[in-house]
Amino acid sequence: MGKLLEVKGLKTNFYTYRGVVKALNGVSFTIHDKEVVGLVGETGSGKSVTAKSIMRLIDSPGKIMEGEVLFNGVDLLKMKEDEMRHMRGKEISMIFQDPVIALNPVLNVGIQVIETIETNLGYGRKEAKKESLDLLKKVGLPDVESLLKRYPHELSGGMAQRVFIAMSIAARPQLLIADEPTSSLDVTIQSQILVLLRHLMEIDSINSILFITHDLGVAAELCDKIAVMYGGKIMEFGTKEEIFEEPLHPYTRGLMRAVPKPGFYGELFTIPGEVPDLVTPPPGCVFHPRCPQRMDVCDTEEPKTTKVSESHFTSCHLMEDE
Amino acid sequence: MSETKKSWLYRHRYQLEDIKLMIRLLNESLTAKIGIFLITCFVLLAVFGPILAPYKPLVQDLTNRFMPPSSEHLFGTDQLGRDIFSRVLHGSRISLVMGIVVTSILFVIGTSLGLIAGYFGGKVDEVLMRLTDMFLAFPSLILAMAVAAALGPGLFNTMVTIAFVAWPRYARLARACCLQVKEETYIEAAKALGLSHGRIIFTQILPMIISPLIVQATINLGGVILQAAGLGFLGLGAQPPDPEWGLMISEGRRFISDQWWVSGFPGIMILLVVLSFNLIGDSLRDVMDVRMRR
Repeated sequence: MGKLLEVKGLKTNFYTYRGVVKALNGVSFTIHDKEVVGLVGETGSGKSVTAKSIMRLIDSPGKIMEGEVLFNGVDLLKMKEDEMRHMRGKEISMIFQDPVIALNPVLNVGIQVIETIETNLGYGRKEAKKESLDLLKKVGLPDVESLLKRYPHELSGGMAQRVFIAMSIAARPQLLIADEPTSSLDVTIQSQILVLLRHLMEIDSINSILFITHDLGVAAELCDKIAVMYGGKIMEFGTKEEIFEEPLHPYTRGLMRAVPKPGFYGELFTIPGEVPDLVTPPPGCVFHPRCPQRMDVCDTEEPKTTKVSESHFTSCHLMEDE
Repeated sequence: MSETKKSWLYRHRYQLEDIKLMIRLLNESLTAKIGIFLITCFVLLAVFGPILAPYKPLVQDLTNRFMPPSSEHLFGTDQLGRDIFSRVLHGSRISLVMGIVVTSILFVIGTSLGLIAGYFGGKVDEVLMRLTDMFLAFPSLILAMAVAAALGPGLFNTMVTIAFVAWPRYARLARACCLQVKEETYIEAAKALGLSHGRIIFTQILPMIISPLIVQATINLGGVILQAAGLGFLGLGAQPPDPEWGLMISEGRRFISDQWWVSGFPGIMILLVVLSFNLIGDSLRDVMDVRMRR
């Protein structure tokens, strides 16, 4: 299992009138071949910024400050913009939270799919049209011929997401970044999309997936490994079993306790406090103001990433001591 | 045969519905009807005018100078005995061609530059927008006069002049619309799919912002014709003996107190044409604005 994507110490800032928002504060994780890595965390924890930083789609006033994004050993952050553009869609692709607004409202499905195929596979118009029919069938859409003539607002969320997935996998990308692709869909459609993504991996249309979600249930269903994000940092990273069965970081534990379970009645656990303001992040460990197991060292010193097992990492002073 | 015809109708049903809706909305507005009627007359005159004209526009008949409007000379004759009705008809073709050619050039150049400025932002935007500021800082007719004086008179130079002076307005509008659209998710999605800048600008953004630009172009068509006439009037545009409206007004202004028809009829034509383009432009703006529908 080779390393496909290795993110090291990624820092991204946004320069706003309120001050510098340190959205990513040294994010590191690795995605291997044939792996689905889930990136979970609360709103504002930096999940989407991580995705956009990898794609280099951070627009002003945002800026990637430092770090490395090694894709097959090549640093994407050092690429020329033109080279990077050729990576997007071909090697790394992305799907979005709300598929209906990710499609251009004034162009019909056919134009958009065909254009993507022309760009990423270098086909002519005729070949591209033929390929578009195959692609749309591949993502499980019925009646593809007439679908080409339809406009995004005529599609249901699920159909639109399938169309967008078809476009993003046209060139069989190595990595698909899925930014909450199911959050705007209802539960039955959600599971269909998850099944589709798994299926596309099996038939080699995509190699690996970085799956961003705030829904632990969805993450548990699809992902092999999970990275828990908080305040612009990865708090804990491990296989699905490690994260769900033996969470080590107090934040991950809190998250697990906050998930409702069947047969459980009574008040659900919540983590007290709220997400830190990243203009002035708390010193030391970003989680310490909300941490139930806070120690004095947490206020001042940033925890190092500790390797617990071959695949399990966590950033917490509790673990450093052991 | 009927099968293919039906399927063509079926395949284009949304476009057809859209056109139908536009026609219905235009039909509901009186100003649009007046505008469309006048423009249709104007276009027909421009196309068939030279055939309909009873006299040759350049032929002089010095025995019949300054004839008042009569059944023989519908609009009377000018100081050289030329039939003003025939000259006005020929002039309509000059004005129409001028209006359409110049507006098309403006549309293409202004829109492209505006889109590029808006999309890329940063230094490109800064340079292009300061350039438009320079143009917009002068009253356009003054600037046009300076350019026309430098280029020399003539119909072709008039077109170049007007295009040169008026593009910044299109660029500004296109840029403003582009700035709004480029923040949309589907533009980011298009980037994430690796589409080239050219494709994003011209196939993703342009269709979104085309309606305000069309409205602007329609309203501006009248303005272009007016400006061409203005340059003609000042002697910087068309040259005698061209039957250009502005020039005709200028030639007749010495006689305006006694022979009002020499300047009067070309003036009325300019008024009607510019008015009709403005009426149509206004109604198009209402019709194309999605918020006005339903």
